[in-house]
Amino acid sequence: MPECFGAGFRTLFYKEVMRFWKVAFQTVAAPILNALLFLLIFSNVLDRHVTTYGEVPYTAFLIPGLAIMSVLQNAFANSSSSLIQSKVTGNIVFVLLPPLSHQEFFWGYALACVVRGLAVGLGVILVGLVFVDLPLAAPLWALAFAVIGSLLLGSLGIVAGIWADKFDQLAAFQNFLVMPLTMLSGVFYSIAALPPFWQKVSHLNPFFFLIDGFRYGFFGQADTNPWVSLLVSLAATAVVVALTLAMLARGYKLRQ
Amino acid sequence: MTAAIALQGAVKRFGDFTALAGVDLTVERGEFFGLLGPNGAGKTTLISLLAGLARPSAGSVRVMGFDVVRDYRQARRAIGVVPQELVFDPFFTVREILRIQSGYFGLTRNEDWIEELLHGLGLADKAEANMRTLSGGMKRRVLVAQALVHRPPVIVLDEPTAGVDVELRHGLWQFIQKLNEQGHTILLTTHYLEEAESLCHRIAMLKAGRIVALDTTERLLARFQAHELEVRLDRPEAALALGGVAGEDGWVRIPFEHYADIEGLLRRLREGGAEVRELRVGEPDLERVFVEVMRSA
Repeated sequence: MPECFGAGFRTLFYKEVMRFWKVAFQTVAAPILNALLFLLIFSNVLDRHVTTYGEVPYTAFLIPGLAIMSVLQNAFANSSSSLIQSKVTGNIVFVLLPPLSHQEFFWGYALACVVRGLAVGLGVILVGLVFVDLPLAAPLWALAFAVIGSLLLGSLGIVAGIWADKFDQLAAFQNFLVMPLTMLSGVFYSIAALPPFWQKVSHLNPFFFLIDGFRYGFFGQADTNPWVSLLVSLAATAVVVALTLAMLARGYKLRQ
Repeated sequence: MTAAIALQGAVKRFGDFTALAGVDLTVERGEFFGLLGPNGAGKTTLISLLAGLARPSAGSVRVMGFDVVRDYRQARRAIGVVPQELVFDPFFTVREILRIQSGYFGLTRNEDWIEELLHGLGLADKAEANMRTLSGGMKRRVLVAQALVHRPPVIVLDEPTAGVDVELRHGLWQFIQKLNEQGHTILLTTHYLEEAESLCHRIAMLKAGRIVALDTTERLLARFQAHELEVRLDRPEAALALGGVAGEDGWVRIPFEHYADIEGLLRRLREGGAEVRELRVGEPDLERVFVEVMRSA
C-alpha cells in the first residue's frame, strides 16, 4: 500500500468522518430536510406545468438536481468548516505535529468529504422516492459524477478552509462562489429552456457538467454528451486537486 | 552518539522581523533542559522549528539526528510537543483523542500504553468523558498524554504549568521526572523560574532571538553568585554607602560573597549610626540570575 494511504491517512479519514457523523443531525439530516423543502415548494408549483426531456415530470427532473447540489455543498462544507474550526480553536496543531505527508493530509480530508457528500445525496434520493418514481438508467454514471463532484468541492473546501482566517471570509467564499455556481448550473431547470446566450454562459460553469452528467445517470439523457461532462468534470477536479496539493506541500498558512 | 536536539545557525524570519537570529544549541540525550526568556524572545519559534510547525529561514534543525525538513517523518516521530495553548478537539472523548493521535503516528495497536498514560496522568476516570466537559487542568493533562502517545524520545513542554493548580503541577512534574529518569530528553520553557531551577540540568536564556546565556543550572547560579543581606534601617543611606541597592518598602539589598562577611557589614552599619530594624538573607536564585542576564545582554 502506498505510504500516502497508510495508517496516518486512515486515522485522519476516520477522524473526519466521525467528526461529521457525531453531529449527523446537523451535517446529514438538515441538508436532506433543506432539499425536501425545495422539492415540496417547486414540485407543487411547477409539476403540472413543466416537463423536461420530453415526458419527464418536473419533480422527477428536480430530485437528481437537488441531490447533486446537496452532494456538492456538503462536500465543500465538510472540509472547509473542519479546517477553519481547527485553525480558529488551535487544534489543527494535532494534525500538523504528526508525520503526515501533504498527500495523507489531502486524502484524509477529501475522502471524508466524499463520504458526507454521498451520504447526503443518497438521503435526498431516498426521500425523493417517496414523492415520485425515479428511473436509474445508468447508475454508475450517477455514482461517478457524485464522487468526482464531491472530490472537487471537498478539495475546494480545503483551499477555502486554509485560506480563510475568519468565518466570514469562509462564508464569502461559500456565498459568492460556491452557492451561485451551484444554483446557476441547471439544478432547477434544463438549460435547453434558456436563451442561447445563457446556454453558452452555463457551459463555462464546471458545476453544470457535474449536474448534467449526474442527471444522465437517472434518465439516460442530458443537455450535453455525458462523455464531455465527464471530461470537463475530471479536468476541473484535477486542476483543483493539483492546486490543493501544491498549497499543502508548501505549507501555505499552515506551516510558517 | 547524536544529540537529542541540535540547532546550527538556526534563523527564522517572519517578513522583516527576525524571531531567531542564528541560534546554535545542542541538547544531549537524557538531559532535562530549560529554555528561558521574556515574552517574544523566540522560545515558541524555536519549539515550532523543532516540531515542524515552522521552517527555518537558514541553518539546520535536527531532532535525534533527523533534519526537521528533509527527514520530517523521522524527526516528528522522535518528538512530542505539549503546546502552550489549551487546545482540544470538542468532538471526541479523551480515549478517542488518544487513539486518533496514536493513529496519526501509525500506531493502531497502542491500547496498553494509552491505558498507562491515562493512569499515570490521573485521567483514567475521565477516559470516556468528552473533552469539552473537562476542567482546564484535566485538559492540560490530556495535552501531555497526546504528546507522549507515540513514546517520543524527546519531549518538549511549552509552559506546561501555566494556569495549573499546585497539586496538578506537582503530579505533572513527578510524571515528567520519571520519564526523564527513563531516558527521555526533556526541553522545558516556563515562566516559573523556580521550576526550571529545581528541574533542569542545563539552561539556555534567549533574548531577541539570540542565546545570551547557556550553562548548567549550578554554574549559572554560581556565575552570578551574590548573596544579599536585606535590611530595613532607620537611616537607609548608611546601607547605600556600603554598595546597597534600594528595594521596595524601605528594604536595601547589600551584596556579599561569604556568610562570614555578614558580621562585618552589620558592624559597619552600626558604626555608620544606623539601627537595623529588620534583617533577612537572600539566597542566589535563578530569578535574580535571569534578571541580571537580561539586563546585561
